[in-house]
Amino acid sequence: MSLLPLMEWLDTHAWSTALHESLYMYPLTESIHVWGLALFAGFAMALDLRLLGVFLPSVPVSTVANKLLPWTIAGFIVMVVSGAMLLYAIPIRTYLSVWFRLKVILLILAGINVWIFHSGIYLKVKEWDLAKRPPVRARFAGAASLLLWAIIIFSGRMIAYNWFDCDRQPQSSFVNWFAGCPDDLEGNLHG
Amino acid sequence: MKEALLPFFEWCDATALASYIQQSQWLFPFIEAFHLVAFAALGGAALLVDLRLLGVLLKDQPVAQLAKDARPWFWGALALMFVSGGLLFVSETTKLYYNDPFWSKMRFLFLGILFTITIRRKVINMDSIKVGHWAKVVSLVNIVLWSGVAWGGRWIGFW
Repeated sequence: MSLLPLMEWLDTHAWSTALHESLYMYPLTESIHVWGLALFAGFAMALDLRLLGVFLPSVPVSTVANKLLPWTIAGFIVMVVSGAMLLYAIPIRTYLSVWFRLKVILLILAGINVWIFHSGIYLKVKEWDLAKRPPVRARFAGAASLLLWAIIIFSGRMIAYNWFDCDRQPQSSFVNWFAGCPDDLEGNLHG
Repeated sequence: MKEALLPFFEWCDATALASYIQQSQWLFPFIEAFHLVAFAALGGAALLVDLRLLGVLLKDQPVAQLAKDARPWFWGALALMFVSGGLLFVSETTKLYYNDPFWSKMRFLFLGILFTITIRRKVINMDSIKVGHWAKVVSLVNIVLWSGVAWGGRWIGFW
C-alpha cells in the first residue's frame, strides 16, 4: 500500500505550497513543533524517570501519571497538529524520507509500549505506587519510552537532511526500498 | 560589545575542532539532534516547576520539594545543552556573528539563567502564602524567557 498518490495530491494544493514557501509560517510551525517537545517529550520523560525511580521518588506513581497526563496530551496535540502541517507543506519528500519512516515506526512502537504498560503492570499500580524502585516491568516501560522518544526526536531532526533522498542516486538498495523510492521519480521532491 | 567579541568568533573558526566538525557531513546534524533531545529534558524540568508555580499542576505537592527534585535534571540537561551547543557554536561562528536570532537567543539565555537562580529560586523557597499571585507572574516570566531561548535557537537555521 502506497500513500504516494495521496502525497502527490496534497502537493498540488495551493496551501501546501504557500505554507512551504511562507517566509514566516513555515519557520513558525517548526518552532511550535520544537517548543511542543518541552511539554510533550519533557513530561513523558518525567513519568519515565519516575518509573525508573530516579525522579520525584516521594510522589506516588499514579499521581505523577494522572496529573501529568492532561498536559502531556495537550503537548501531543500540539506536536501532531504542527507535525501534520510540516508534512502537508512538503508531502512527497517527507513521505519518501527514510528518517520520517523510521520516526513513524518508532512512534507506533512508543504507542505499543504505552498500551502494554497501561494494560499490564499499571493495572496493579496501587501495589507499587510508592515504591522508590518500581517493578521491573514498569522500569522497562520507562527505559523503553526514554530510548524511543530520544530516537524519535533524533530522526525527526534528521528529516531536514537529504543524504538518503530519492533524487540523490545511487543509494543502497536497502535505502531505496525503505524510502519507497518510485522507479519513475520525476521532477523535484520538494513541491 | 558585539564587536569586541569578533576576534573570539574568528579564533573559534580557526580551531582544529571547528574544521573537524565542518568537514564532517554527519557531525553537525548529529550534535544538533542531540541538542534537541537535551532540550526536551530541560524544557520538561523547567515547565514542570513553572506549571506548579502557576497553580495548574501537582497542586498537592510542595513547590520547594518539587523544584528540588527537578533541579538536577534541569542543570544536567543544561550542561548537555552547553556542551552540544558549544560544539555547534564553534563550528559556525562566522555565520552566527551575523545571525540576529543567535544574539537574541543568547540574551534570553542569559536572562533565563539569571532569573532562574535569583528571583525564581527565591520565590520557590518562600512560604507560598506570602508569595501569593507573584508565583504566577514568576512562572510566566520564566516560561517566556526560556521559550525565547528555544525559538531563537530554531530560527538560527532559518536566518
